[in-house]
Amino acid sequence: MSKEALYIDGLTVSFGAFRAINNLSMIVKFGEIRGIIGPNGAGKTTLLDVLTGKTRPRSGRVLLDGALDLLALSEAEITLSGVGRKFQKPSIFEALTVAENLGLALRSRQRSIWGEMVYTPDEGDRAHIQDVLGMIGMKGRGDLSAGKLSHGQKQWLEIGMLLIQRPKVLLLDEPVAGMTDEETERTVTLIRALRSPERAILVIEHDMAFVQEVADLVSVLHEGRMLLEGPMERVRADPAVIEVYLGR
Amino acid sequence: MTAILESISREIQGKGGPARRGLAAERLAGMLVVAALAILVAGTQGLMSPYVVNLIGQVATFGMLAIALDLIWGYAGILSLGHGLYFAIGGYLIAMHLVKVAYLQTGTPPDFMLFMGWDSLPFYYAGLENFPYALALIVLISGGVAFLFGLISFRSRVSGVYFSIITQALVFVAMLLFFRNDTGFGGNNGMTGFTTLLGWPIAAPETIAALSAASVLAAAASLYVCARIVRSRLGHMLVAIREDESRLRFLGFETLWIKIAAWVISAVIAAIAGMLYVPQVGIINPRVLSPELSIEIAVWVAIGGRGTLVGAFAGAILISTLKVVLTASAPELWPFILSLLVIFVVVLLPNGLLDAPAALRGWLEWRRQRAAS
Ligand SMILES: Nc1ncnc2c1ncn2[C@@H]1O[C@H](COP(=O)(O)OP(=O)(O)O)[C@@H](O)[C@H]1O
Ligand SMILES: [Mg+2]
Repeated sequence: MSKEALYIDGLTVSFGAFRAINNLSMIVKFGEIRGIIGPNGAGKTTLLDVLTGKTRPRSGRVLLDGALDLLALSEAEITLSGVGRKFQKPSIFEALTVAENLGLALRSRQRSIWGEMVYTPDEGDRAHIQDVLGMIGMKGRGDLSAGKLSHGQKQWLEIGMLLIQRPKVLLLDEPVAGMTDEETERTVTLIRALRSPERAILVIEHDMAFVQEVADLVSVLHEGRMLLEGPMERVRADPAVIEVYLGR
Repeated sequence: MTAILESISREIQGKGGPARRGLAAERLAGMLVVAALAILVAGTQGLMSPYVVNLIGQVATFGMLAIALDLIWGYAGILSLGHGLYFAIGGYLIAMHLVKVAYLQTGTPPDFMLFMGWDSLPFYYAGLENFPYALALIVLISGGVAFLFGLISFRSRVSGVYFSIITQALVFVAMLLFFRNDTGFGGNNGMTGFTTLLGWPIAAPETIAALSAASVLAAAASLYVCARIVRSRLGHMLVAIREDESRLRFLGFETLWIKIAAWVISAVIAAIAGMLYVPQVGIINPRVLSPELSIEIAVWVAIGGRGTLVGAFAGAILISTLKVVLTASAPELWPFILSLLVIFVVVLLPNGLLDAPAALRGWLEWRRQRAAS
């Protein structure tokens, strides 16, 4: 394992003539929780789209764990190589139960169609699901229909679905949007607990206070470019950042 | 226009709908096995008229069609408006087998040979007098066609109403092709004049009973297989595809193969239904490929209730029996009754007749409360 979980170099994404991301470079290390902030339209979600294979960049390089070229992989391959993404809107499968949602995310050894048909979770799988249920605060609620969960619970379940996959890189797009203060507080605790030397976490968020609480370092994106990178206190005091945020 | 199609797409995919009741389907499958035995006994002992026994057998094949469609529509949210194609593949191949057998037995060439002035059957009838070979072809061709069609359309990520339109177009094109007289499939008039099936006279009460029982058994087997699928992780994946396919891809699944697998299984079930249907009606013609039949399958499933298997099966049994009864007594009324039923279900019971008990309870509760206040 290298020290660099994500190595992004000279990334440019265009939609027609418009550059959503413009020559962006950054490095995220294992063990780190990185906050990414920036006004609406700064290109934050687009960055995650590139990292997960949903959008193809015009140019640039993205390496996972110092070696794996993510830009050459399909969406599914990227996930299997250890990049998990939480979407901006909660995207869980509402017609399934909480445990079934987690079970779907579980990587089983057999991947053939037949294997999936006859698959039954073994001892280890069940224990893993129980662990994650505990982590996201839903112990004993595995049989609940996911559609009946509160907004906050849905977001946690989605994070749980990522955790099940033991990702090396965890991408969280606005995880506390629409949450109550209490839910936000619990999410802070959850994300902090997810920090691990084998994992890097990227958190995109508008809520400065939230980012300050969870992130070690903050990158500020503006019009597709990296405006500034550093600890939150410094970023908050920076005139250019204030300008960008107040200028909205 | 696109926006309208998109919203229809969401609607027909039935997002957020039910996806349970796999257990109920397994129980129903068990009951059908018993029913099949009862039909076999009643039919061979003359306890039931051959007409009724035959009708039960036909209706059972419609039930299979509905199960096949529910697997991909009710669970995976992929609406086929062309499942008649796979039904016809099974139907035509068994008809080819029966025609070849009749020709070899009686020496009388089938009508279409005389009509075209041919002195032998086309080369693709070679070996078809052999039943296991015909059966293998039915599975391989229906599965193969479904695989190719699925591969092409799912790979280019065609979905929703666009996909439905393509399936409908395909069955329509096939119908035009089969209406031609020079294809060796009987053209306009179709194929008939069957004599024996596996050595049994086709019109004997014993054969009728055996075919009917086989159809009910096949329906039970289809229900069982599909119930096992929907309760497995594969089934959860199908529901996940219906709810949010790209999300499932981000979890690391190649949804293409999951969709193709369900599509092929569904097509093979439909083909076997066709194979059982044709010997029971004694004829096949291109009208099985008409868009109306394929749409009717979707109507059965919608009326019975999507995503439950049991509902789809019940819908098919109910509506097709009703159709047989009503087209005999009041044929001109049938289209109106069917339309009314569809509207009734769409407006009052979006999840089909299986919702009726719950809806009724809700209504009674509401009346009770109103009376109390
Ligand atoms: N598929 C797309 N086609 C065209 N423009 C897009 C597309 N996706 C994003 N954009 C544009 O790129 C810019 C960055 O968007 P986004 O990454 O969603 O911003 P945010 O930082 O708010 O998440 C926005 O101006 C958005 O309109
Ligand atoms: Mg965004």
